[in-house]
Amino acid sequence: MTTTQLPQLSAKDFGSDQEVRWCPGCGDYAILKAVQRTLADLGVRRENTVFVSGIGCASRFPYYVSTYGFHTIHGRAPALATGVKLANPELDVWVITGDGDGLSIGGNHMLHMLRRNVDLQIILFNNEVYGLTKGQYSPTSRRGFRSPSTPMGSIDNPIAPGAFALGVGARFVARSIDTLTPHLMGVLSRAHEHKGASFVEVFQNCVVFNDGAFAAFTEKGIAVEQQLHLEHGKPMLFGKERNRGIRLRPGSIVLEAVTLGENGVGMEDILVHDERDHAMAQLLVAMQPPQLPIALGVIHCDPAPTYEREALAQLGSTPVAELDLNALLRKGRTWTVPG
Amino acid sequence: MSSPSATRPEREVRDTVVIRFAGDSGDGMQLTGLRFTQETALAGSDLATFPDYPAEIRAPAGTTYGVSAFQIHFGALDITSVGDELDVLVAMNPAALKVSLADLRMGGTVLVDTGSFTDRNLQKAGYAKNPLDDHALAPYQVLKLDVTRHAMDAVDGLGLSQKEALRCRNMWALGLMLWMYGRSRRATVEWIEKKFTATPDVRDANLRALNAGHAFGETAEMPSHVAGYSVAAAELPPGTYRTVSGTEALSWGLLAGLKASGIQRMVLGSYPITPASPLLHNLAGFKEYGVVTFQAEDEIAAVCSAIGASYAGALGVTSSSGPGIALKGEAIGLAIATELPLVIVNAQRAGPSTGLPTKTEQSDLYQALFGRNGDAPLPVVATATPSDSYEVGIEAVRLAVTYMTPVMLLTDGFLANAAEPWLIPDADAVEPFPVRFRTDPEGFQPFMRDERTLARAWAIPGTPGLEHRIGGLERHHGTGNISYDPDNHQYMTDIRLEKLRRIALDIPRQEISIGVESGDVAVVGWGSTWGPIHQAVRILHAEGKQVAHIHLRYLWPLPPNLGDLLRRFKAVLVPEMNTGQLVTVLRSEYLVPAKGVNKVTGKPFKVREIVDAVRAALEK
Ligand SMILES: Cc1ncc(C[n+]2csc(CCOP(=O)(O)OP(=O)(O)O)c2C)c(N)n1
Ligand code: SF4
Ligand SMILES: [Mg+2]
Repeated sequence: MTTTQLPQLSAKDFGSDQEVRWCPGCGDYAILKAVQRTLADLGVRRENTVFVSGIGCASRFPYYVSTYGFHTIHGRAPALATGVKLANPELDVWVITGDGDGLSIGGNHMLHMLRRNVDLQIILFNNEVYGLTKGQYSPTSRRGFRSPSTPMGSIDNPIAPGAFALGVGARFVARSIDTLTPHLMGVLSRAHEHKGASFVEVFQNCVVFNDGAFAAFTEKGIAVEQQLHLEHGKPMLFGKERNRGIRLRPGSIVLEAVTLGENGVGMEDILVHDERDHAMAQLLVAMQPPQLPIALGVIHCDPAPTYEREALAQLGSTPVAELDLNALLRKGRTWTVPG
Repeated sequence: MSSPSATRPEREVRDTVVIRFAGDSGDGMQLTGLRFTQETALAGSDLATFPDYPAEIRAPAGTTYGVSAFQIHFGALDITSVGDELDVLVAMNPAALKVSLADLRMGGTVLVDTGSFTDRNLQKAGYAKNPLDDHALAPYQVLKLDVTRHAMDAVDGLGLSQKEALRCRNMWALGLMLWMYGRSRRATVEWIEKKFTATPDVRDANLRALNAGHAFGETAEMPSHVAGYSVAAAELPPGTYRTVSGTEALSWGLLAGLKASGIQRMVLGSYPITPASPLLHNLAGFKEYGVVTFQAEDEIAAVCSAIGASYAGALGVTSSSGPGIALKGEAIGLAIATELPLVIVNAQRAGPSTGLPTKTEQSDLYQALFGRNGDAPLPVVATATPSDSYEVGIEAVRLAVTYMTPVMLLTDGFLANAAEPWLIPDADAVEPFPVRFRTDPEGFQPFMRDERTLARAWAIPGTPGLEHRIGGLERHHGTGNISYDPDNHQYMTDIRLEKLRRIALDIPRQEISIGVESGDVAVVGWGSTWGPIHQAVRILHAEGKQVAHIHLRYLWPLPPNLGDLLRRFKAVLVPEMNTGQLVTVLRSEYLVPAKGVNKVTGKPFKVREIVDAVRAALEK
């Protein structure tokens, strides 16, 4: 048997010839690197890969990847990507969006793409601010956030992207951090492997307009105490000593952080992560430091039939060139006027 | 009621007849009209129909705004309009009489269902006293028949509820009208049998009512002066015919365009809206033909999904009405900027805002031509008649894929629903315009162009070696990379405009539909005003007037010879169902003193209105 060996592409091969134009120090750089490395590791074909984005700093992303790319309009990438998949389900599609792009102007499209379960990966760069338009508050900005459009502080209640995705029926919800490269790459690989809409929220630092927004769980020293790295089938342990854990407060459906060996807490009390458990996923995405660590990794994964497969399964198989349109035009009642 | 007579005079011969079935929204008038249309078409008449119904699904019963009407103009002659005046009005209730009586010609026949002329219904229709009792109907031939009772009698014994039995009134009326015009019931019977296979008692009730109505005429229960009429078959060119609505013809046209392009899949992204939904429904029935219909979450998603589909190598189509087209504006700009093929169908309704959803208008021409940010030109074509929609559908696809551009296809509520006989074309005779996706990486640049068409290469994801990035930010004229270079923007803007000029060279020369080659008045129209304008000019031309009808299928770019053509006439009149949009375009493009004839009542032009306007212009 002869096989043509396709050349192995490196992370560098997934870089385009375009100069990257994000601010120095922006978290987007790290995400770009992680994606390029992941693509190389996964051995995907450039010609089969499409990055579709909306508008925003994050959405410039496709220009920097050497695959196919479409920088569309603000908020509409999910809809456009759905069309791409309906035209050619074999394509490997990534949707790149920001918190404003994906949850404000495009929130509706995000909702429907997720509930339909279109087979693609979504990376939502959450910097809790509108970067490209110079720092206005976004739907993920916290209450009190001061910005050019909220000089006295935001009075909007923020949206939690993970909770939103779970709420609208996403079958894959994961979370990572821009500079946590190996972790992020792991999450991206899982997202890619999942058949259906894979929603990945990445906490992304905007050095210019919202620097340190996620310091409460990313700062050196405290990170290890404030991050829970979820793994399917493994106990929910965290902390430098790995002696902290998550359990259900007895007699309730409320999560609490406990210390092994304290107050009679043993390993049997610690929850074991089950990615298919939707109810637990909703509790996990809601965890907020400092009371509880932030949940990272694959929070929920429960595959279901994908939208485009079902849509295309309804189609006939006759190639268009062989369609008998004359028969179609003559279907139903016709009559003849003799010559 | 006059006493029935056993001897019946001969049927009177009529060249053409206009009938309107009018009743409550729940009375099944659209269905009645469609069945009558089918039988009339099968009898060989030429015809045009005008369904006119309220926006509410079940408007309060008995009210004037809940009246649903179906008008059909048919006959032995070439029929192009829906008819100015009614010869026959079938009024199923007082509200229907009230709304439609003014359209009945003097001496015309009005059939009223006396059974529905109850105090309550009279009051709901706003009649202070019963019009059947006074002189209001004196100028007409009135047929007072208790259709309600006759229908109830006909279905008696089938065990139907009162409500179900009353639903058969329309079939009784249909039966009588089929008798009156000597039409067969065969297709209607078949239709009823098929439609109600699952409910045999409803099927039987409808059949009985239909037959009873017919028998009522046949067995001379009718007043003696009502003889029935005979309308000869029209002299139509030989061939196989069917009736077709604008929606059906457009669906088939898009499909024929798909086949001619050689593209493997059509993806329609759409969101329900009156009067565009029938296209979504129709195409949803074409899955076996490789048509994907995607009911998106809104019109923005609908157009974006179609753009995404085109980007990936399918034929993207999106359909809506004015309000939805407004939502699509930004994305259409993206398709113009990224130079991707796309067909956008606008089934126009009366506006602004929600306007009159079920009433027809052609007031979205400005929106089509100018309704986007930036200099964002695209070709605009319009359908003239139901059957014309087939060819326009094909042409829209051809322009979109040949020139890598979105194309706006304007139709309207009237055309979407109206029907006419159609000499079925040979679908295989469509001239192919095969799409060649770029596959050769050698020297490839995403924005390199064909010299003649200026179309950029269509390079679709999945093709090795052609990986590239596109987007809405201004693109370098070759690489497609983001470019803020002022000269590049000037160049790209010029190119986008130039592409339209190239299209202008590729569309047929503007011809005169009917009339003189030069003379006094050119009557210029577009869209569904074709019928009444054509008829009006035909009448005046036959009188020897120096007039012509010029009908535009291509609204942008305009045919290059149009200016010369218009200048051959002393006056240019532009009838439009808007406040004067094409007329403004013609004036600005050609500096001709064109004048508008405008009407926005939600109803098509009457032939007489146009004749009068042209006469006035001729006298000047
Ligand atoms: C229709 C439309 N409205 C507004 C804008 C302006 N705009 C561009 S990006 C953006 C917000 C981007 O925020 P986000 O999605 O969070 O992306 P980030 O820049 O933070 O990565 C806005 C409001 C636009 N481009 N288009
Ligand atoms: S504004 Fe913020 S998000 Fe945008 S590039 Fe600069 S640092 Fe990054
Ligand atoms: Mg942001």
